[in-house]
Amino acid sequence: MPTSPSEPLAPAAGGLVDLAVVGAGPAGLAAAVTAARLGLRVALLDAGDRPGGQFYRHPAPGLGAARPEALHHGWAAFATREAALRAHESAGRITYLPLHHVWAVVPAGPTGTTGPTGTRPGEAGPATEWILHAVAGHAPEEEAAAVTARAVLIATGAYERQLPFPGWTLPGVVGAGGAQAMLKSGLVLPGRRVLVAGSGPLLLAVAGSLAAAGATVPAVVEAAAYTAYAGQVPALLRNPGKLVEAAGYGGALARHHVRLLTRHAVTEAHGTDRVEAVTVARLDRDWRPLPGTARRIPCDALAVGHGLVPQLELATGLGCETRPSPDGTVALVLDAEQRTSVPGIWSAGETGGIGGAQLAMAEGELAAHSVAGAPPGARLVRRRARLRAFADAMAAAHRPGEGWTGWLRDDAVVCRCEEVPAGRIREAADDLGARDARTVKLLTRAGMGWCQGRMCGPAVAALAGEEPAPDRRPLSCPVPLRHLAELPPATH
Amino acid sequence: MRSPRSLVGGSPAAAHEITFDGRELPALPGQSIAAVLWGAGILAWRTTREGGAPRGAFCGIGSCYDCLVTVNGRPNQRACLVPARPGDSVTTQEGTGRADLAV
Repeated sequence: MPTSPSEPLAPAAGGLVDLAVVGAGPAGLAAAVTAARLGLRVALLDAGDRPGGQFYRHPAPGLGAARPEALHHGWAAFATREAALRAHESAGRITYLPLHHVWAVVPAGPTGTTGPTGTRPGEAGPATEWILHAVAGHAPEEEAAAVTARAVLIATGAYERQLPFPGWTLPGVVGAGGAQAMLKSGLVLPGRRVLVAGSGPLLLAVAGSLAAAGATVPAVVEAAAYTAYAGQVPALLRNPGKLVEAAGYGGALARHHVRLLTRHAVTEAHGTDRVEAVTVARLDRDWRPLPGTARRIPCDALAVGHGLVPQLELATGLGCETRPSPDGTVALVLDAEQRTSVPGIWSAGETGGIGGAQLAMAEGELAAHSVAGAPPGARLVRRRARLRAFADAMAAAHRPGEGWTGWLRDDAVVCRCEEVPAGRIREAADDLGARDARTVKLLTRAGMGWCQGRMCGPAVAALAGEEPAPDRRPLSCPVPLRHLAELPPATH
Repeated sequence: MRSPRSLVGGSPAAAHEITFDGRELPALPGQSIAAVLWGAGILAWRTTREGGAPRGAFCGIGSCYDCLVTVNGRPNQRACLVPARPGDSVTTQEGTGRADLAV
């Protein structure tokens, strides 16, 4: 199926699609099927082998799960869209390209340029076409692939935010989303007694899933105080469905005898070859651990995460503008029709600010209408506004307090890839004058490893005393050198 | 006794086997290498370059690269993304997994 990069894939007769969608999670999937319904020729590229993204991640057919919906909320919304995807695929309106990890999007076409605004000095108008470069398939058989499109929707979702603590590199300490992902796709658990910790609504869903799948969950340890929601009453009242969902999580935790500790954090994980226990401490309003409140809780796994971080490198690589989000992350600036600041590039879902699957689907549908030049209808516009208001309320409530670095001892690893401890990063900031994550990287290698700062980025920024900067990664995944060597000169 | 399987019901197609450091492990069709290892109670399959510390799956979605492992002699494969194929030989990755290049 994939062709050489010098001959971009021909998803439909003519070789050029109206819209290329990057990511087949809730936003991208909703956008692709809506755009196809509105008459556009669509290519849907996704790194995974099945549609659904992380939220609707589900077991491979060979695992024979009779009730995949048991691990999900709102499965019907996915099932109908997946059915639509298959129908549009059969009809030739959507070219669905699973196992295609897009590593760069570049302007092309008659006025294609490499400038950040999509125009070259002295040239008229923005780029008219875009080339999406992807690595297709699994090693060692991975192939280079490319798709050319008139418009691009970036629906690359998010990854989990981590705030390091001593012992977080021990085997058995996993991301909360990581534990959820492994359960949803592989039907496996990291241990029998799994503590869930961090901050954000995902923790409740993760604890519920783990307990339903047979794990003992001694507690959910939430750093924020749920009283922070009290200041957000209007947004909550506009979203009764979300309150019902929260009540459902609460009921599930009660049924499985899971304790909820708010304003607490795991400040250390203990063990030699794997985690055996954690220290949990009470936090003050700024998330500083309070002396004398530490206690030890035995567990054989810890699922930890502090919300999500929009995955923006494809967008920032194109020059799309970003903005700070209420949760302390960076998101894309988008208009009412989901347009980024770069003409021809739309985005939907978590990239515009973390807001969950329902919002992502609404935004995907809005973006598809915009690309097709069709009015979206007032209901969809209202739905997006309502869900976005709720997302902003949640984001503000779970923004990490500045005192969290109080549990980060100097010997604690911050950058997992390059094994850089907090003390070295503090030295770079305090003694050597580093004021941002980039300078810290140059001095300590933190953020220079395989994950390119995805795991340590928020922590390094905090230690350097800056707000997190937008993702900048020239390649969004490992690309074989031979793929780069084979690129035609025009796209360099 | 609740389990992931009791939650989703059904039954898998025929199981197969992979080996980890020579030990045979049962694998279900469609599971990633990381899932097969977790299913066998194995949480670490790499040691770090500097400290020689054990690591396994962390983010579960291909973002963190902590779960790198050697598969059929090829190092640096993300265990959480690579599907386990019948007869795969998975081995603990020491550091970069490129000791053969050491000078």
